[in-house]
Amino acid sequence: MNLSSETLAEIEAAIPKYPEARSAVMPLLHAIQQDQGYLSNEAAEWVAKKLGIEPINVLSVITFYPFFRQQPIGKRHVRVCRTLSCAMAGGSKVCDTMLKEFDTELNGVSPDGEVTVEFAECLASCGSAPVMLVDDELYENLDEAKAAEICQKIKAEA
Amino acid sequence: MAVHPKENRLILKYADEPGYTPGIDSYLAHGGYDMLKKAVGMPPQDIIDEVKKSQLRGRGGAGFPCGVKWSFVDRKSGKPIYLICNCDESEPGTFKDRQIVHKDPHQLIEGIMISCFANNVAKAFIYIREEMPKGARILDQAIVEAKEKGFVGDNILGTDYSCDIVVHRGAAAYICGEETGLIESLEGKRANPRIKPPYFPAVLGLYNCPTIVNNVETLCNAVHILDMGAEAFAQIGRANNTGTRIWCVSGGVQRPGYYEVAGITVGELIHDICGGPLPGRTIKAIIPGGSSMKILKNGERYKGKNPDGAEYDWGLDDVPLDYDGIAAAGSMSGSGGMMVLDDTVSIPAALANLMAFYSHESCGQCTPCREGSLWLKKITARMVHGQARPEDVDLMKSVADQIEGRTICAFGFAVAWPVQSYLAKFEDEFREYATRLSDPNADRQAIKELACNG
Repeated sequence: MNLSSETLAEIEAAIPKYPEARSAVMPLLHAIQQDQGYLSNEAAEWVAKKLGIEPINVLSVITFYPFFRQQPIGKRHVRVCRTLSCAMAGGSKVCDTMLKEFDTELNGVSPDGEVTVEFAECLASCGSAPVMLVDDELYENLDEAKAAEICQKIKAEA
Repeated sequence: MAVHPKENRLILKYADEPGYTPGIDSYLAHGGYDMLKKAVGMPPQDIIDEVKKSQLRGRGGAGFPCGVKWSFVDRKSGKPIYLICNCDESEPGTFKDRQIVHKDPHQLIEGIMISCFANNVAKAFIYIREEMPKGARILDQAIVEAKEKGFVGDNILGTDYSCDIVVHRGAAAYICGEETGLIESLEGKRANPRIKPPYFPAVLGLYNCPTIVNNVETLCNAVHILDMGAEAFAQIGRANNTGTRIWCVSGGVQRPGYYEVAGITVGELIHDICGGPLPGRTIKAIIPGGSSMKILKNGERYKGKNPDGAEYDWGLDDVPLDYDGIAAAGSMSGSGGMMVLDDTVSIPAALANLMAFYSHESCGQCTPCREGSLWLKKITARMVHGQARPEDVDLMKSVADQIEGRTICAFGFAVAWPVQSYLAKFEDEFREYATRLSDPNADRQAIKELACNG
C-alpha cells in the first residue's frame, strides 16, 4: 500500500480515538478511499492487519455501505438526490442534464474520466430541492440550466 | 432566511442571524456554555430530574421521553456509560440537524456535554452521515475550540469531570439512523440492527455497555431546559408535547424550509408559514413526519376523544402540529420532515419512488423486509412503466402486511406503512392508474421522472 504521509497520519490519529480498534474500520476506509480513489482487496487486508481483525471483517463493511467502493470512479463524484422531495422538484431532469453534458451513463465513468454521475438517496436538504453533491459541495435549488452551469465549471476545473 | 412571526425559535434562535458563525466566539458572545458551567455545579441526578420534568420527547422519530430513556441506563454494571449523538439525519423529508450542525455546532456540543455530565459519561460519539462532509469538519473544529476553552476533554471547567467527544462518519447507509444499527456500525461492523430484548442500548449498547442514543435536536434542548427551567420549558406547546420543534417542509408549498414552532396546527404551518400550495394548485396529501409515516389525505376528517373526554373533529388543517395531534390523526410526527404532495403528484409514482428508497436501504438481515421491499419496488416500478397486472394492488397490500411487525427493527414498519396507507386512502388511483398506464399510447414521462427508479 502506497499511502501518502497525510493519510498515514490520519490513520494513526483515528485508531486511539476508539475504546476498541475495530471501531476504526470506517475511518480507515474513508482515509484510504480518499487517498486511493477506491478500496482494493489489498486495502482490506492492510486495514485488517492494522486493526488486528480478519480481512473478511473489513470486506463485509466495504460491501455493506454504499459509499465504499471497490472500483475507481471519475475524478469528480456527482451524486444527484433521487428521493421524493427532490424528484417532485425535478431531480430526474437535473440528473439527465449531468449525464448528457458529460456524455456518460448512470454509475459509469465518463469517457474523459472526469466524472461519475450517480443517484443518491435523500441528502437531507429537501427544503432546497432538487439538490446534488459534487464531491463535498452541496448544490441546491437546481434546474437544468443551473446543472449545465455546474457542468461547465467542472469541465473548466479539469 | 427571515424568521416568520409564527415561529418560536429557541434552538435556531441565532443560527440565521447575520454575522453569526459556527465559531466558538459567536456562541460565547450569545451566552454559550453558561449552562454547562451551571450544570457542572449541580448534582447530576438533578439534571436528569429536570429533563424528566420538562417532558422533553425525542426528536429523532419515536418521540420517547428523553428523561425516561436516561433513567433506564444501567448505572450499577460497573461498565463505562457511552452517549451517542445520532446525527445520521437520513429520513427523507428531514433537514433540521443539518441546520444545527452547520450553523450552531457549539450548541450541540454544549447539549452533549450537559447530557454526558448528567449521566456520568466519559466518552461521547457523534455519528454523522457521510453525505455531510462539511458538517463533520465543522464539528471536529468545534470540538477543538471547545477543548481549548476547557468545555470538552480533561477536567472540564476545572472540575474533576472529564469527557471526550469523537466525530464518527457514516458511509451512506440509512439504517445507521436506527439506534442499534448505528451501534453496530460504530463497532466497525455492518449496520444490522440488534434484537430487543436483550440489546436495549441503555443496558447492552456500544461494546455491550450501557449507552444513551439521542438525536441532535433532543440534545440541544438540554441547554434550554437548564436555561429556562423544566417548568417554563413544559409551558411551551401542549402538555406531553413540550418545547419547540423544528419542522422541515418540502414539496408543493410556496415557501419550503425549516421552521421552529410550538403550539400551532398543520394548517398554520402549511398555509400561514409556508404560504400554501403553489398558484393554481391544491394540496392533495401530506406525509407528516418523514417518508416512513402514514399519509394524511386532504379532505379527511379525524374524529375521536381527547384524554380529558372532549371530542374532536378535525380536518387536515386543524390537526395540532405535535406528537399527540398527528398521532390522533392516525400517523406520527416522526422526525418532523413534512412532505406536501399537491394535485400534480401521482400517488402511485410517489410510492414507487419511496419503495426504490426502502429496497435500497433495507439492511438485508430479515427476510420479510429484504425480499418484501424488493418486491414492492418491482411491483410499483412495473405500475409506473405501464406493465401493471390486475392483481398488483392486492399483492402490494399482502406483501406490506407480511413485512409489518415481522422484522427485528422498525424499518419494516417504515416500508409497510406508506404502502398500506397510500392504498387505503388512494386505492381508486392505484386501480385506475394500473389500467390507464397499460395503454401503449399513455404518456409516462412525468410519472417515470417522479418515480425516478430506473
